[in-house]
Amino acid sequence: MNTIKCDIVSAEKSIFSGEATMIFATGEMGELGIAPRHAPLLTKLAPGQVRLQQVDGEELNFYVSGGLLEIQPHLVTVLADTAERAEDLDEAAALRAKEEAERALADRAGEQDIAEVQAQLAMAQAQLQALAKLRKKLRR
Amino acid sequence: MSGAREIVSKIRSVKNTRKVTKALEMVSASKIKKSQELMASSRPYARMIRQVISHLSEANPEYKHPFTVTRDEIKCVAYIVISTDRGLCGGLNTNLFRRILADMQTQQQAGVEIKVVTIGRKASQFFRNLSGIQVVAHTSGIGEKPQIADLIGVMKTVFDGYRSGEIDRLQLAYNDFINTMVQQALVAPLLPLPDAEDSDELLQYWDYIYEPEARELLDDVLTRYIESLVYQAVLENLASEHAARMVAMKSASDNASNLIDDLNLAYNKARQAAITQEISEIVGGAAAV
Repeated sequence: MNTIKCDIVSAEKSIFSGEATMIFATGEMGELGIAPRHAPLLTKLAPGQVRLQQVDGEELNFYVSGGLLEIQPHLVTVLADTAERAEDLDEAAALRAKEEAERALADRAGEQDIAEVQAQLAMAQAQLQALAKLRKKLRR
Repeated sequence: MSGAREIVSKIRSVKNTRKVTKALEMVSASKIKKSQELMASSRPYARMIRQVISHLSEANPEYKHPFTVTRDEIKCVAYIVISTDRGLCGGLNTNLFRRILADMQTQQQAGVEIKVVTIGRKASQFFRNLSGIQVVAHTSGIGEKPQIADLIGVMKTVFDGYRSGEIDRLQLAYNDFINTMVQQALVAPLLPLPDAEDSDELLQYWDYIYEPEARELLDDVLTRYIESLVYQAVLENLASEHAARMVAMKSASDNASNLIDDLNLAYNKARQAAITQEISEIVGGAAAV
């Protein structure tokens, strides 16, 4: 029986590698059924399942939250995203990163404030101690 | 005996310190292995995506993506600096920062503007106090199991800057894990990507079927490729952190042991001196009677 090699990898780890007789995936432009000797194709994957039919007829299911699918006549590569990707989600993450940088800069001012307050506190404590000593002396 | 008592309390405190450093050493030793496993498991993705890119450039060699074009005029260079979140790891971060500063200095002399993207708390603490350097994005608290999702934000900032022409070159700075004893501070160019070697003999001309358009796809592939490179650098740096911490803590424990030996000697001497003095007092007293 004809088979096609299939690799499913994410940036964090290799998820699957092996032979399959048929592969089904949800591309961004529609469902794909991939048999051995499929024409070379490159597409984005939509969030959904990637199904594999193995040689022994058993089916394997993988969920991907997006990614890329590359098809060569004897090799299918799924570059799966583990994170949800969308333009506006990425934008939000970018904004967060910028804010973090700004907060770090603002922190510098914060530290100065803390140092100032600490100095004032030390001074107040010293004054209190001096007062206490004075009071003791007076009582005698 | 007062001197001896002081020494005893000193010994006790050094022993406590040694307990802490020993524990940290052992924790780091076990974490090195885990982070090495993470490094190994992230390699297939980078290999596959490189394959896809080389197929792509083979399939349509005439199209140049902005990421692969070297710009004539360099006005602004951005650095992605990967550091640790926590200290107690020897000179790991300091070495890296020194290396980066040397690199930045040559850029600044050429009148190039410098932007910095920091990953990890130590880098942020270091670069926010430097003048003439703008920190544009920051992330920290990535932890023991970094994920691509942690990096999307900072990478998006950098990509946007690069696409809009605000950033003309991108450098990646991190500690490369060579082995447990050796970590190397690296500043490596990330963008523009070096040209893939052209294979002169194309056996046959072929092209993919693209769904949707080729350019959009290539953009996606390259973005993910760069992200995976940075992700791997984060893992390298993580392994380096644990290795450096283990070595630093080992030498700290050894130093503590030496100190305890010295203090024990001093204590014994003080005790001996006290006993000798007591005996001589007794003898002197007996002789006087």
